[in-house]
Amino acid sequence: MPFGRQRKEFPSHLWTQCPTCGEMLFNKQLVRNHNVCTKCDHHFRLGARERIELLVDKGSFTEHDTELTSGDPLGFSDQKPYPVRIQQSQAKSGEKDAAICGTAMIDENAVELAVMDFDFMGGSMGSVVGEKLTRAAERALANRTPLLIVSSSGGARMQEGTLSLMQMAKILGALHRLDEAGLPYFSILTDPTTGGVLASFASLGDIIFAEPNALVGFSGARVTSETIGEKLPKGFQRAEFVLEHGFIDQVVPRAQLRDRIAYFLNAFRPSARDLRWSL
Amino acid sequence: MDVVDRLLGKKTTEGNGHLPEDAGLITDAASLTAQRTPWQSVQLARELRRPHSIEVIDGLFEKFQELHGDRGYRDDPAVVGGIAELDGVGPVVVVAQQRGSTTEENIARSFGMPYPEGYRKAIRLYRMAEKFHLPLVTLVDTPGAYPGPEAEERGQAEAIAKSIATMCGLQTPIVAIILGEGGSGGALALAVGDVVLALQNAIYSVISPEGAAAILWRSATEAERAANALKLAASDLLRLGIVDGLIPEPAGGAHTDPQATIGAIKSALIVQLDRLGRIPIADLLAARYERYRHIGVVVEPLPGAVPVAKKEPFWRRIMRPA
Repeated sequence: MPFGRQRKEFPSHLWTQCPTCGEMLFNKQLVRNHNVCTKCDHHFRLGARERIELLVDKGSFTEHDTELTSGDPLGFSDQKPYPVRIQQSQAKSGEKDAAICGTAMIDENAVELAVMDFDFMGGSMGSVVGEKLTRAAERALANRTPLLIVSSSGGARMQEGTLSLMQMAKILGALHRLDEAGLPYFSILTDPTTGGVLASFASLGDIIFAEPNALVGFSGARVTSETIGEKLPKGFQRAEFVLEHGFIDQVVPRAQLRDRIAYFLNAFRPSARDLRWSL
Repeated sequence: MDVVDRLLGKKTTEGNGHLPEDAGLITDAASLTAQRTPWQSVQLARELRRPHSIEVIDGLFEKFQELHGDRGYRDDPAVVGGIAELDGVGPVVVVAQQRGSTTEENIARSFGMPYPEGYRKAIRLYRMAEKFHLPLVTLVDTPGAYPGPEAEERGQAEAIAKSIATMCGLQTPIVAIILGEGGSGGALALAVGDVVLALQNAIYSVISPEGAAAILWRSATEAERAANALKLAASDLLRLGIVDGLIPEPAGGAHTDPQATIGAIKSALIVQLDRLGRIPIADLLAARYERYRHIGVVVEPLPGAVPVAKKEPFWRRIMRPA
């Protein structure tokens, strides 16, 4: 045992170690690179606000339904009561719930944008997320604009019980109307997109993108490995695995995400399509 | 279901405003006396002797003809579907989840946990109902969708999502009945309807009580506590507006008198299909959308009530660089 206090080489608020290549990354540099490792392109999670900034034309985002908060319909309490949990999450993240919705421009295309926030109770979908996403889809339908949902969620919120489950049907009902109206819906899967979120709106985009190495799966890896009683292969339920099995269109690195979305938005824009094809 | 009644020109709704009290259906949650704890309901819903889908189908309908396969991969024995005739209604499409009454049966049916191909078979049958203008009846009884790696590879999530979305826009009346256990998204994939009914001791939950206990209390032995907290019993579902009515069971549970239970299901089903059959399809779809649109509890202050940020004192404003 050496004498003296062990020297702290990397104060954690300044540096982050990349879990893939082990490189020590200076936090400011990491943020400038949109939370992607500069050495090995490992994608760290990106907050919802930063995600919006990354995707939309500068200053074009107008947020809607900012004051929507969760009730406590079940009187739920586990380690602590649900309202307390909500308050703590609100204080920690500065958001009201796990989704941010608004209207924005992407490459001069008006879109309705909804971004889920994993930092708020694991991005779990309760009544508020369901309501916000449904309203976003309804606004897209009313204004005849494309809809873009960026998912980042562990699934349905247990603290609201079966009501959370019903949000899946609620959002899919609105998306069905969007589909019938011929409006494009883009689903972007980021790390992680699992459970009830993947088993509803996240899986049904006209275009589905995922970020490299994002966890994308229906049931938790622990449940799955318990079911078969053995370890799962490496890369199971990762974006590349899902791409290989044919359930997403592309795996898009974060740096290219905005341009890739813009390409498809332009391609699907009615004026770009010569009207004679639809007459 | 007040929207449906409005379309039918009925003035009054009884109970808690969902369904008129007919055919012995329980529609008023307040009238229910707590007979069982949620945990007892969980155990009754999973009771091996409880009448399962095939037995119920044989009792409800005549001349049931099963249709197999998803036309893509294989036939999933956990999902049973086909065409059958109902007294006074005529032919209907029925899709159900089947679990076994014995261990061997359960292994053959993978404990009622459908694979993606099971949901794709269901979607195929929904489309058939739409094409031939037959009403759709679904029976829900599953612990959840199969969580294994092969199900993941074949797109379990996509299959469930598509099944829910298909039901949301299906142009034919749908009655969904929760017979026993309604396990999460795997159950919802068959349970979107114009009318959703549940047996009195059925449960319907976002996660199994064991799963919730393992995550929230970090111990599977807290399942009873989780069952209480999740409000998954049929009476709670009625109170929350997730189901529209409860079908009464014999005092000891459905397995003590399957004939009586099936009789109660049958009379409720005939009344509901008769009611839905008189509604124009566009109105029915609008009502179905509204039914789900209003589920959920959110708190939203009125536009005027939004707290305005306190104005900064003038000296701070003039001190701030422009």
